Amino acid sequence: MTAEEKYVAAAYLVVFLFVLVYVLIMAVKVNRLEREVGELAEHLLREQEHRESGDREKVEVG
Amino acid sequence: MGGAIALVFFYAPVDQDGLNQKIFYFHVPIAFTAYACFGWGAWKGFVHLWKGLSTADLESYVAVHIGVIFGAMTLITGSIWAKVSWGHWWVWSEQQLVLFLILFLFYCAYFMLRFSVDPGPQRANVSAVYAIFGVVLIPISFLAIRLAESFIHPVAFTRDGPQMAGSQFVTFCVALGSMLVLAGFLYRFELAGKRLDDRLRELREALGT
Repeated sequence: MTAEEKYVAAAYLVVFLFVLVYVLIMAVKVNRLEREVGELAEHLLREQEHRESGDREKVEVG
Repeated sequence: MGGAIALVFFYAPVDQDGLNQKIFYFHVPIAFTAYACFGWGAWKGFVHLWKGLSTADLESYVAVHIGVIFGAMTLITGSIWAKVSWGHWWVWSEQQLVLFLILFLFYCAYFMLRFSVDPGPQRANVSAVYAIFGVVLIPISFLAIRLAESFIHPVAFTRDGPQMAGSQFVTFCVALGSMLVLAGFLYRFELAGKRLDDRLRELREALGT
């Protein structure tokens, strides 16, 4: 491989690495958002269950 | 992108500059894409100031962010090309290079300014004004090479049109198109992430978690 070829390869590699790092960072962010959405959904479900069980206790039978 | 790379290496001929001319097909489209992103960021900043849309502020920020990434790629690929062609990584006497560096640093400072102000309308307004001011540097940077007296940096586009063979111009256009599509994709991707992040924060605050 000549020096010229190495420089051309390096230039293209830089572009590829920039895009790759950017996509990896965004993928990490998407994973974090997914986890946060899951936590919120779990929190809402727990609250709903808690509310429903509270409502059931309040109802007078007969 | 794959098609553009295939055209660069298998379709476009190697001209008198040698193999290093292949860097041109990505270096120049990346620079044009950076200009387009900064221009889009300024336009969105203008829309924010004009119509008071808070969404335009976020769009402006993301466009500038993508522009800075493409700007960094322009500087690095340009330096590699300069090393092969001129034997130097950087030439301070070249106005095109220095003006692009100023443009890049100007938009890097955008983030320092933006994050030094608390989130809210003031931050959005200051960021929008700064993004609009920066756009003035784009035509200066683009025309610097034509205004410069020394022509170390090659001129590919003149008033007579592109100074290259038809196959080279086609390859260049495909590479430019692929870079713009890539930037557009990254812009939409990052914007969607940021919007989702904001909505989640609002939801968390509303739920008190």
